[in-house]
Amino acid sequence: MSAVKEPLLHILKRDGIHPARALMIRLAAVLASLVVCAVVIVLITGLNPLEVYAGIWDGAVGTNRRMWVTFRDAAILLCIGLAVTPAFRMRFWNIGAEGQTLAGAMAAAAVMIYLRDAPAWAVYALCPLAGVAAGMLWGLLPAVCKARWNTNETLFTLMLNYVATQVVSFGIVYWENPKGSNHVGLINSSGRQGWLPDLAGNGYLLPILIVLTLTALLYIYMNFTKQGYEIAVVGESENTARYAGIRVSRVIVRTMALSGAMAGVAGYLLTCGVGHTISTSLVGGRGFTAIVVAWLAKLNPLAMTLVAFLLVFMQKGANQIATQFGLNENASEILTGIILFFVLGCEFFIRYRVAVRRRGEGVK
Amino acid sequence: MNDILVFVQKAIAQSVPLLYGANGEILTQKSGNLNLGVPGMMYMGGIAGLMGAFYYERAAAVPSPVAGMLIALLCALLASGLGALIYSLLTITLRADQNVTGLALTTFGMGFGNFFGGSLSQLAGGVGQISTAVTASAFRAKIPWLCDLPVVGSVLFSHGFLTYFALISAVLLNAFLYHTRKGLSLRSVGENPATADAAGVNVTLSKYLATVVGGMFAGLGGLFFVMEYTGGTWVNNGFGDRGWLAIALVIFARWRPLNAVWGSVLFGGLYILYLYIHGLDRSMQEIFKALPYLVTLAVLVLTSLRKKREDQPPAGLGRPYFREER
Repeated sequence: MSAVKEPLLHILKRDGIHPARALMIRLAAVLASLVVCAVVIVLITGLNPLEVYAGIWDGAVGTNRRMWVTFRDAAILLCIGLAVTPAFRMRFWNIGAEGQTLAGAMAAAAVMIYLRDAPAWAVYALCPLAGVAAGMLWGLLPAVCKARWNTNETLFTLMLNYVATQVVSFGIVYWENPKGSNHVGLINSSGRQGWLPDLAGNGYLLPILIVLTLTALLYIYMNFTKQGYEIAVVGESENTARYAGIRVSRVIVRTMALSGAMAGVAGYLLTCGVGHTISTSLVGGRGFTAIVVAWLAKLNPLAMTLVAFLLVFMQKGANQIATQFGLNENASEILTGIILFFVLGCEFFIRYRVAVRRRGEGVK
Repeated sequence: MNDILVFVQKAIAQSVPLLYGANGEILTQKSGNLNLGVPGMMYMGGIAGLMGAFYYERAAAVPSPVAGMLIALLCALLASGLGALIYSLLTITLRADQNVTGLALTTFGMGFGNFFGGSLSQLAGGVGQISTAVTASAFRAKIPWLCDLPVVGSVLFSHGFLTYFALISAVLLNAFLYHTRKGLSLRSVGENPATADAAGVNVTLSKYLATVVGGMFAGLGGLFFVMEYTGGTWVNNGFGDRGWLAIALVIFARWRPLNAVWGSVLFGGLYILYLYIHGLDRSMQEIFKALPYLVTLAVLVLTSLRKKREDQPPAGLGRPYFREER
C-alpha cells in the first residue's frame, strides 16, 4: 500500500485532440444545454418543450422575411465579433465594442442629419468614414493609455461604453423628433440620404455582403500578413515580441485602431443600413454578445459566422415563442445564458482529460 | 441648505447597492477572479428576495414584517450565491475564460431578473403592481429616536438596516483582508496562486468561497434596491447600470473596502448630481450622468501613471490556476 493518497479524479492536459472529437464534445454540450433549457421551460411554464423548440425554428427562419432578418442581424453581430478579434488575439481585453459601435453609429447619424442637403455621393462617402473614425477614436483611447502607462484595458474599455451611451443621450436632446419625445425617429425618411441602397430589390443583402467581405479580409489579415503575425506574437508573449524586435506599443495602438474601426463599421451599418436612427439601445448589448461569439469561435473569423448565426437564431426564436406562448421576452436571455454556460464549460473537456483512479494502481 | 441635506441623504441611499457590489467584487478579485457578472447577480438577488416576500405575503393570513424580511434575505442570498457558484464552477474548476463567463452570467442574471419580474408583475395585475409593503416596511424601518434628531437624524439615521450593514460589512471585510492570517492567504491566492499553493493554502477552496460570498454581497445590493429603495416592487431594468458602476467603484477604491465606503457615497452623489444643480438643460444633464465613469477613468489612468505597488490590481487577476501548468 502506498502511503500517498491518490485523488479519485485526476486532471491531465491533452497533448492534442482530433478535430472531430472536439466537435463531438461541443455538440454534446449544446445538446445537453438544450435538454437543461427544456427542463427549465417545463418547470417554469409547463409547456411542451418540443413545441417550444418548433416555435423557435418558426420564429427564426419560418418566413422569408424572418430568415433575412435573422441573416442580417447575424451579420451585424458577426461584424462586432470580427472587431474584437484582433484585440483578443493580442490578449488586449477590449470589452468596449458596445461603446465603439455606438460611437460609430452616432457619427454616421450626425453626418446624415447635418449634411442632409449635401450632394448624395458626399453623404454616402462621409457616413461610413465618420463611423469608422469615431469607432477608431473610441478604441484608440484605451490603447494609447495601455501602450504608454500599462493602464488596465478591461476596465477602461468597460467604462467608455457608458461614456458613449451618455454622449448619444446628449446628441438625442438636439436631434429628437418630434421635440420632447427623447426619440430621434427615422432619419431622412423622405429623401433617404445616406441610407444603404437596396440590392436587387433586397434591403437586407448589402449589409450581409459587406460583413462577409470583412470576414474574408480579416481572416487573410490575421493569418497571412506580417501585421497579423505580430499581433499573435504580442498575444503569446510581450517579451518574446520585444526580443524579436517588434515594437509592442505600436502593435497595440495599431491593432486597437483596427478593432475600433471595425466596430465603427458595425455602427455605421446599424444606423444607415438597419435602424436608420440613433438611440442609446441601438447596439442593445451586441457589443457584449459579440465577445462571446469571438471567444466561442476560438477567434477564427470563419467559425464566427456560424456561432453568430446560431446565437441570433436562438434570440429570434425565443422572441417568437415569447409572443406565441405569452411568455415574457426575457426568456431568451435565460436560455442564451444556459447555452453559453454549457459551451464555455465544455472547452475544459477539450483541453483536459479527466482520469479516474483505478483500483490497485499505486503511485509510481 | 435644505437642498444639500436632501442631496446627501439621497446620495447615501444611492451608495448602498454600489457599496455592496463593490465589497463583494473586492473580495472576489482579491482571490484572483474578475467577475463581470456583478450586474447579473444583483438582478438575481433582487428578484429572488422580492419573489420570496411576494409569495410569503400572499400565503400568510397576517404577514409578519420580520418573517418576510428573513425570507427575502434568504432567497436573495441563495439566488445570488447560485449565480456566483455557476461562475466559480466554470472559471475555477473548468478554467473557462473569466471575462466571457462573467458577461454570460450578466446576460443570464438580467434575463432571470426581468423574466421573473415581468411574470410576477403579470401575476400581480400589471407593471408596478407588485406590492410587498409589509416586508418592505421591515427593510425601511428607521432607527428609533436617532432619526428624530435635527439635521443628522434625517441625513444619517433615516435609512434601513441594510445601509448600516453595508457600512459594517465594509469595515469587517477590511479587517479580514488586511488584518487576519486568512485574509493574507486569500490575498496571496489573488497575487500568485502557485506560491500560495506551495505555502499550503487551499487555492481552489479560497477562490470558491471568496467568489460565492462576493456574489452574495452583490445580491444584497440588489435586494436593497428592490426592498428599501423602491419599497418592494419591480420595474424591468429599473436597476439600471448600477452593477457596472459597482465594478468601477472597485477600481476607484483601489481594492480597499474603506475607500469604497466614501467612494460609494461620492459615486451615489455623482449619479444623481444632475437633479440637484439648478439651471442645467437636458443635454447637460446627460453629460453630468457620465461623471462617475469619467472619474473612474481618471483614477484608472492616474493609478497606472503613479505605479504605486499597493494600488495595482491583484497580479493574478483574470488568470485560471492549474497546479500542473507552469
